[in-house]
Amino acid sequence: MRIFQNLHDKGPINFLAAFRRGDFDGTKALLEKGSSWMMDEIKASHLRGRGGAGFPTGQKWSVLPHDSGKPIYLVVNADESEPGTCKDREILRYEPFKLIEGILLAAFAIGAHTAYIYVRGEFEKETVILERALEEVYTHGFLGKNPPKTGWSLDIHIHPGAGAYICGEETALLESLEGKRGMPRLKPPFPGQYGLYGCPTVVNNVETLAVVPTILRRGAAWFQSLGTKESTGTKLFCLTGHVNTPCVVEERMGIPLKELIEKHGGGVRGGWDNLLAVIPGGSSVPMIPKDIATQVTMDFESLQAVQSGLGTGAVIVMDRSTDLVKVIARLARFYKDESCGQCAPCREGTGWMWRILERMAMGQARVEDIDMLLDLTHAIEGHTICALGDAAAWPIQGLVRHFRPHIQERIQRYGRQLGARE
Amino acid sequence: MTTLKTIQLTINGAIHAVSTGTTLLKACQAAGFEIPVFCAHEKLSVAGNCRMCLVEVQGTHKMVASCAMPVFEGMVVLTHSHNVQKARKDNLEFLLINHPLDCPVCDEAGQCDLQDITMAYGPSNTRFQENKRVIEDKEMGPLIKTVMTRCIHCMRCVRFATEVAGVGDLGSTGRGEHLEITTYLNKAMTSPLSANVIDLCPVGALNAKPSRAKGRVWEYQKIPSVDVTDALGSLIEIHTRGNEIMRILPRTCDDVNEEWITDKARFSYDGLRYQRLDTPYVRRQGKLVKATWLEAFQVVAQKMKNLNPKEMGVLAGDLVEAESLFAMGQLLDTLGIQSRDCRERGVNFSIHSPSDYLFNTSLADLETADVCLLIGTNPEVESPLMNMRLRRAVKMGCVVGVVGPAVDLGYAHENLSSKGTVLNKIAAGDHHFADLLRQAKRPVIISGIAALQGLDCMATYQTARFIADRFGVVKNGWNGFNILQPAASRVGALMMGFLPGKGGDDTDVILKCASQGHLKFLYLLGRDDVTQKDVGDAFVVYQGHHGDQGAEMADVILPGVAYTEKQGLYLSMEGRVQETAQVVPAPGDAKEDWKIVRALSEMVGHTLPYNTREDLLEALYKQHPFFQTRGMRPETVWRMTSAPQEIRRGILDYPIKNYYMTDVIGRASPTMAQCVKDIRGKK
Repeated sequence: MRIFQNLHDKGPINFLAAFRRGDFDGTKALLEKGSSWMMDEIKASHLRGRGGAGFPTGQKWSVLPHDSGKPIYLVVNADESEPGTCKDREILRYEPFKLIEGILLAAFAIGAHTAYIYVRGEFEKETVILERALEEVYTHGFLGKNPPKTGWSLDIHIHPGAGAYICGEETALLESLEGKRGMPRLKPPFPGQYGLYGCPTVVNNVETLAVVPTILRRGAAWFQSLGTKESTGTKLFCLTGHVNTPCVVEERMGIPLKELIEKHGGGVRGGWDNLLAVIPGGSSVPMIPKDIATQVTMDFESLQAVQSGLGTGAVIVMDRSTDLVKVIARLARFYKDESCGQCAPCREGTGWMWRILERMAMGQARVEDIDMLLDLTHAIEGHTICALGDAAAWPIQGLVRHFRPHIQERIQRYGRQLGARE
Repeated sequence: MTTLKTIQLTINGAIHAVSTGTTLLKACQAAGFEIPVFCAHEKLSVAGNCRMCLVEVQGTHKMVASCAMPVFEGMVVLTHSHNVQKARKDNLEFLLINHPLDCPVCDEAGQCDLQDITMAYGPSNTRFQENKRVIEDKEMGPLIKTVMTRCIHCMRCVRFATEVAGVGDLGSTGRGEHLEITTYLNKAMTSPLSANVIDLCPVGALNAKPSRAKGRVWEYQKIPSVDVTDALGSLIEIHTRGNEIMRILPRTCDDVNEEWITDKARFSYDGLRYQRLDTPYVRRQGKLVKATWLEAFQVVAQKMKNLNPKEMGVLAGDLVEAESLFAMGQLLDTLGIQSRDCRERGVNFSIHSPSDYLFNTSLADLETADVCLLIGTNPEVESPLMNMRLRRAVKMGCVVGVVGPAVDLGYAHENLSSKGTVLNKIAAGDHHFADLLRQAKRPVIISGIAALQGLDCMATYQTARFIADRFGVVKNGWNGFNILQPAASRVGALMMGFLPGKGGDDTDVILKCASQGHLKFLYLLGRDDVTQKDVGDAFVVYQGHHGDQGAEMADVILPGVAYTEKQGLYLSMEGRVQETAQVVPAPGDAKEDWKIVRALSEMVGHTLPYNTREDLLEALYKQHPFFQTRGMRPETVWRMTSAPQEIRRGILDYPIKNYYMTDVIGRASPTMAQCVKDIRGKK
């Protein structure tokens, strides 16, 4: 069932080893089936983008205008910086050939002859691995101008970023790739119409592209048979926080969260009853408390139903020793730091929310401040150019939604202590 | 060009028809719904970062920034719903949390977008209890004072600098709440259009340094007028308090200056307070001593009566309005003095019809040019606003070739040669630029005054015209042949024919005769580019408003007034007749220039037949009906040129060495002097 055979660094990382694991096996045959077949297959597989937003990949590929007279670019978003998320890093480290083959197939499907991999600046070692792998693929005749093994001219360039979270936002990434400040663009126009250097561009996540070859080999029906109706296939989940064995693991979509944690994470530290809350999809999604976490399954639709999200599939587990307000204050600081500063609500609002949360973490606030904070999150959410504003707002909304009494109690306790001191 | 079709959309329940290609913001505004904006500006690219223009569009899950949203058929838009109003209120609260709210000491107060929009849409109080952010002020040169804590990061200034002014001086550093607008290494902005960012700034972050903390905007009287510091004829608004000019702002006119003015137009007004001639002077025993008007006139009249008209000459300067030129011309006609000129030294070009010396392609049409040949001109200093239009054309794909020394125009261009001889090749057709001109749909040639000066002036002029004719630069509905006139008074003087009469001499000959002693009497009407050496022993009368070069060597000084102290007609380089306003009284005993000429005519016994400006204008209109129009370009006829003339001369030199000090006002202005020191010195 597994797509990523070498996710846990079991085998050597070179072309031949990867070939033995199935990568680049019959690539030419796949290309010979034609780009429209590929497009249909990906559409039929219902593959959704693995970068967090879950946009249907086939749809993204098929809206490109082919009559614009401009080149089409494929850009790979390897700027994985979401706190808690480390799945793309594992692919870059141990399965770089899957990614490269995915890029090759996707580029063929959309008609791109140039692809860029924008790698997070901190991924220095990963960049080296990727470069080495890319070199090998070139030597084996899959890339370059009229490569013998495929016949599809394609050049892949690796571009390391400078370590800004916002450059993971696809249009900020394009700006950064063009050599400008990494600030998100206004949409519309979307990258599909006006992307890199003003040309039609597809921006895909590393994991999305890395699963493409397997889908095409095994067929859309196979992929669709896994997971749920809306969330097909398998997904990499990152288990971090208070689990006994933190890991990155491939599992089918729709696996119960509890099963995921118990099976692969070795259970919550101190047992399931010691669980306080879970952030199920990376730092940007609202947390869910234990009682929801016990029931919920890991797929786009059911997590949305509990007012959270699958995001990047990064499960952050927090047991009862956790100071949730402090956790969210720390995340708020992250978003404050990483806001690009372009538009007003995010630039001014993220810092304000962080400061309130820092006070709240000590209890140094008024009870009314909780509602004010919630109102601020709504004042930012949906009013910004990119989704960073939303991402900053949602964790706070999750905290207030499920743990308001917790914050209230802290504020009141601080008040009582203050009263006692006086 | 894409054809625009009309579509329908529903705004606040009513159906409105708009053309495609417009933005939702404009559609809503056209429908009469006000939408607050900070970052959006018609002349700048879309930024969409202030988030004030958010509106609800049915079918989208987020509110959309209307400034960036194109209109679609059947859009349903709400601009005043509860959600929209809440978003505006929230957004203003965000913008204000780190704004210092120091309106009582802020120059922008009273004309501040943030103030106005907050009053209309904002919250009445803030919930912000944390410490405010403070940003260090940036040094932006002698014209722009910064208070960066007030900045709301709309990026208008940055976009203006890169898109309109064509300089990369402004940018932002830091991110998130540490985002700061700054100049590169805190150096001054170098563009001659730099101070427009002051007008663009929707808050008080960028203020005018010279007028800072001098008054409040609501105390000022605002009088529309016209700028005379270059020949473009920018429309300006002069703000005064009592008898003092407090500041000068642009007036919007899309055909001329859009909504920009040059730094010189904006800030050289403080030169009007210094070096002024406020009383007549007469030279006695080698020294200029104060005199009464009567004494001064008597001396001049005496001299004029005793001399032969052939021994007398008149030169008009750069800032002289049409009225006094006309009166002077009539006086000279009655006296039979034919030696008169308004052109620079050594300059010659054809003067048969206005199309010979006007900027024939209008400024607005210049933006649509696809190939442009600049001959002996550096428009970045000679006419920054014209260059701004050209920059826009370049952005749309216009190819620019320069004949003249290498120069920074603020956009990509090809330097064909520093020597004028390259024009011979182009005219002969064996130069790649000739092919470009031939293939162009809307080609343009712009000749600067440097090209028309010196040994080969007429040859250069004729060759330029020949190139225009040969390669279709002038064709049906398109005249791409332009002369970039350098001074505000020039076109008016040329159009009324303030030029050598029958048997009269031009500037060069007048000065040559004066230096050799053949010309005994020289009347300088606001003319400041002649030196003592040029005039020799001639008796010099200087009429003007500043004690500059002309006044220094004069035997009699007749104090006139500057453009802010008189109503006067000026013709722009495009030929538009425009009128300045009297905004402050004349200093001391200075008189309006035409009145001085009129009084002099009485003293020499040939009284001109008008007592009021109205009478004078009537006489002017009778002779030159075009002066009756206002703000229009004249209709001109183009004559074909027969043949090119061989150009032999070498390097074309640009006339303006110092942008900030091209006229007497600029040379007297402390602000301009500061600019020379801080900007030009470091450029």
